[in-house]
Amino acid sequence: MARMKFLCDADRCIECNACVTACKNENEVPWGINRRRVVTINDGKPGERSISMACMHCTDAPCAAVCPVDCFYTTADAVVLHSKDLCIGCGYCFYACPFGAPQYPKVGNFGSRGKMDKCTYCSGGPEVDLSPVEFQKYGSNRLAEGKLPLCAEMCSTKSLLAGDGEIIAQIYKERVVKRGYGSGAWGWQTAYKETIAI
Amino acid sequence: MRFGAHFRLLVTGLLLSFAVAFAAPGSAQQVNPTADAVKEQQFLDALKGNPSAELQGRITIPDQKAATLERPAGREWREFHQGTMLRIGAIAVLGTLIALLAFYLIRGRVRTEAGPAGRTLTRFNAFERFMHWLTAACFIVLALSGLNVTFGKLVLLPLIGPQAFTNLSVAAKWAHNYLAWPFMVGIALMFVVWIKDNIPNMIDLRWFAAGGGIVGKEHPPARRFNGGQKVVFWSVVLGGAALSVSGFYLLFPFYAGGVLNLQFWNVVHGIVSVLMVALILGHIYIGSIGMEGAFDAMGSGEVDLNWARTHHSLWVEEEMSKGHVGGGPRLQPAE
Repeated sequence: MARMKFLCDADRCIECNACVTACKNENEVPWGINRRRVVTINDGKPGERSISMACMHCTDAPCAAVCPVDCFYTTADAVVLHSKDLCIGCGYCFYACPFGAPQYPKVGNFGSRGKMDKCTYCSGGPEVDLSPVEFQKYGSNRLAEGKLPLCAEMCSTKSLLAGDGEIIAQIYKERVVKRGYGSGAWGWQTAYKETIAI
Repeated sequence: MRFGAHFRLLVTGLLLSFAVAFAAPGSAQQVNPTADAVKEQQFLDALKGNPSAELQGRITIPDQKAATLERPAGREWREFHQGTMLRIGAIAVLGTLIALLAFYLIRGRVRTEAGPAGRTLTRFNAFERFMHWLTAACFIVLALSGLNVTFGKLVLLPLIGPQAFTNLSVAAKWAHNYLAWPFMVGIALMFVVWIKDNIPNMIDLRWFAAGGGIVGKEHPPARRFNGGQKVVFWSVVLGGAALSVSGFYLLFPFYAGGVLNLQFWNVVHGIVSVLMVALILGHIYIGSIGMEGAFDAMGSGEVDLNWARTHHSLWVEEEMSKGHVGGGPRLQPAE
């Protein structure tokens, strides 16, 4: 099985936010929740870069480690998913996540956050693949259809890459070698404790 | 007039274009906007020296919290929660239970050597007992539901299965969030009602020097509250205050500021809680099986005169002088 990862080539990202919109639409994500977002670093200065960020599906994921009810699991494709039936909305995954990926439908006073929601790598949840209840709780399951996450698939500059970690690392490496620069595989050291050596 | 205005506009325009023409090549030489782009490694290096730093940028969605791109501190909080917190909690709870068991086996029950006098005096009135048991009942539920967050998945989850454990944890979460309020009321009441009897003084030092009558056989004099009880009082008041403040921020997450503040208050809440649990386990022990006659003080509120003379000799004298000692057969003057 592949080890699925995301890689945002910031030198190609044009901050169009189409990945954000595509994600929201594909998964019918509720108002107020953004499973994916685009952050601009050094905005307005020479050399600014925008990075599209979502759950990185970490190796040894911190969210899964701290969850008091153990509602997380890692799929055979190394995608980190969780069960909304088991989630108690305590917010601990949000404290632990280095990328701010976990989202909640409500502000959260008095512990009323609701069930956590995050990027599923377009691969649904613990329900039966492609069932209506899976879509309603977790959104689309493109992986079960043999497709990659929509955010990366529709990225117009192919800045956002999704797929097997080794393959997308190779694509990024070739790009950096050819153009002569690269601002780094954002989040990889934090999420996977490895980076792409050029 | 018109000519002058046009002329000024022309001159200004020329000056501006000169400025741009001269400035542009200069800045292009300094910065190559592609190769000189920000690199993640620079930020990670900068964050290394400062574990609480966050890598932030600008974001177009209205949620400013989403502007944080990376927050490596999450990893440290995870280390705390899955490492330090587990160890401190296990040592505080299990260690205290083992120590109390060992103490019971070695020292046995602290008895009133003189036996019951048959006469009683009021130690705690109905209101004092109400505020004590209000706080105590809330604390027990808060402690168990709190310990469940850290230890439940290790202890209960394998026993009762995921769905039952989630149902229990949801109930525990609501109980924790709402019983926190009567708990705070109880702490505040105890503080106001009992502070006058809990000011530390020299008698407490002598009480501690004599081992509090728990270690040795001697019972050092004490007023209404002895040194040990004052330690419990101040620990409960200050610990309760720390739990209230930290709990408030966790209950209303966005008053605390960002996630880093929530992590901080969570650490405070966790450590103070398990220390309080250890303290209260000792308190429950000495107030029940650990000492003969002690439970009556918070049970009926009436304690035996000999128990009071043994453990609170100075308090008995004060009560006697006020004529508060009643119940049981009255001493009749000799004829």
